[in-house]
Amino acid sequence: MGRYIIARLGSLVFVLVAVSLIAFLLMHAVPGGPFDEKERRLPEATRQAQLAKYGLDKPLWEQYLRYMWAAVHLDFGVPFQSPTETVTGLIARTWPITIRLGLATIVVSYSLGLLFGTIAALRQNSWIDYVVTFSATLGLTVPNFVVASWLILFVAIRLGLLPTGGWGEPQHYVLPVIAYSLAPIAIVARYTRVSLLEVLRADYVRTARAKGLSERRVLTWHVARNALIPLITVILPEIPNLITGSIFIEQAFRIPGLGKFFVTSTFTRDYPMILAMVLLIAFLWGITYLITDILYATLDPRIRLSGSR
Amino acid sequence: MSTKVSSVAMAAPTSAAVRSRSNLQMAARRFVRQKLGMVGFAITAILLLVAIFAPFITPYRYDFGDLIAANEFPSANHWFGTDAVGQDYFSRIIYGVRTSMLVGFMSVAISCCIGIPLGLLAGLRGGKVDFVIMRVVDVMTAFPGILFAIFLITVIGGGVSNVIFVIGLTGWVTICRLMRAQLLTLREQEWVTAARSIGASEGAIAFRHLLPNALAPLIITITLAIPSAIFTEAGLSYLGIGINEPTPSLGKMVAASADYIRVYWHLGLFPTIAIALAMLGFTFVGDGLRDALDTRSR
Repeated sequence: MGRYIIARLGSLVFVLVAVSLIAFLLMHAVPGGPFDEKERRLPEATRQAQLAKYGLDKPLWEQYLRYMWAAVHLDFGVPFQSPTETVTGLIARTWPITIRLGLATIVVSYSLGLLFGTIAALRQNSWIDYVVTFSATLGLTVPNFVVASWLILFVAIRLGLLPTGGWGEPQHYVLPVIAYSLAPIAIVARYTRVSLLEVLRADYVRTARAKGLSERRVLTWHVARNALIPLITVILPEIPNLITGSIFIEQAFRIPGLGKFFVTSTFTRDYPMILAMVLLIAFLWGITYLITDILYATLDPRIRLSGSR
Repeated sequence: MSTKVSSVAMAAPTSAAVRSRSNLQMAARRFVRQKLGMVGFAITAILLLVAIFAPFITPYRYDFGDLIAANEFPSANHWFGTDAVGQDYFSRIIYGVRTSMLVGFMSVAISCCIGIPLGLLAGLRGGKVDFVIMRVVDVMTAFPGILFAIFLITVIGGGVSNVIFVIGLTGWVTICRLMRAQLLTLREQEWVTAARSIGASEGAIAFRHLLPNALAPLIITITLAIPSAIFTEAGLSYLGIGINEPTPSLGKMVAASADYIRVYWHLGLFPTIAIALAMLGFTFVGDGLRDALDTRSR
């Protein structure tokens, strides 16, 4: 197990270095820098001074090494779009908003997903099952910004029940969380259903019934415990996704979270901000997948971890 | 998401041509029997026809704004009303569907051109080639596809061809990984050992036995890659970094409607319905194909 974790951490470091290198090179490969404005051109001397200030006049490899050295110390530089603070500061300011929205979504979607999936599996091929399966396809397929647009149109404007967007009050959570939850509810419900159905047909469940256990005991003791294990591989990897924020949801409901800054960074070619976010997300994904695999192997003794995938 | 795919092609190895045709006919019959699959097929067919014959269907030019007729509600003249600069919304939606379809098909074609050969190479050659390709795949999957697409678009800029290129470049990984996984599973099957024992060459085994059996899950994955490409295009355009003016894009129209939706509801309603229809159509077809081709799940 120890060797496995070390090997996986090694490959995570490799991926991070590769991702940062690719991102770094790509961003510098294109013409046009942050101080190349077409309209209000800076005087050449000022431009040079600005470039020197941000270290953009150094050779590329030196820029990269300096950047990575600082990044290891959680110093990602100064965002071009907001030069009065640091990238770390900007992320620390905006990420909590996204995390709160993400956590609310996780709680809502995972509990509803488990509930719907369980009901559908226990009543397989009934109308409830069909409704759940069909709604899950809808929830997975229709983009969340489309759902957001419908919610704003019908609930916020036609019915006037909730604000169309913004942030700060409890009611600002409702519509974003609904729009944001649909896809994860669908994913969790689908996998819960499949996983439960598989276990319900297993030999040991038939044995448990045959030896006269009550249905309730069979479901809680034998079915639920075994059906939940494969679900971990679906539920956990969704978490970094949800807490790094849906860019679309934040855009649709005007929420000043991390996702919104990812978009503004692309407009302003904000290298430090984009690099930091790319690294942050790659890191979170890598760690979550590692934890998922370890947990899966710990919970299911039939699975053995080998050197690397 | 598609952890099940590797187990899909358990269909009996198709050795004779007659046999494979009857398999195909059986699959077609199973597909037709599924209501949702057929509904999806109908939606997709209509959208495709609309996209192809857009110039003949649209009553107005998509890029002609009549400012006097700006922000009109749906009427006999303008079926879907007009937008803020007086462009006929019906015509813009039709051309938006055309953009979606173009991006959907072209970018998946690019993904296939990269993913299938690399997957074949990794699965058949193994060893160092496999190792290198899989490390590239690891790096590509280090963060969500949509973020990678946004990042690439930032670097190379928007526009139809760039969007197609970027989505194609982010989409090949799934196809490559599936192709490889298929080959690895199939290679261990008994009928491959049987083929080898009667003296079939490695090349014959690869192309006559492994490939045809890997085809079913590949077709499903490719079909389902189309709605995901359509989603990415709409998403990028929604954020304002995808398709450039004056080309209509459904995502862009949804974003633009946000400022007017309070009064001019039609600006928000029609493009969102069009996106939802396009996504659902292809997804239903993909799911239908999965049920028709997957002999295990029946």
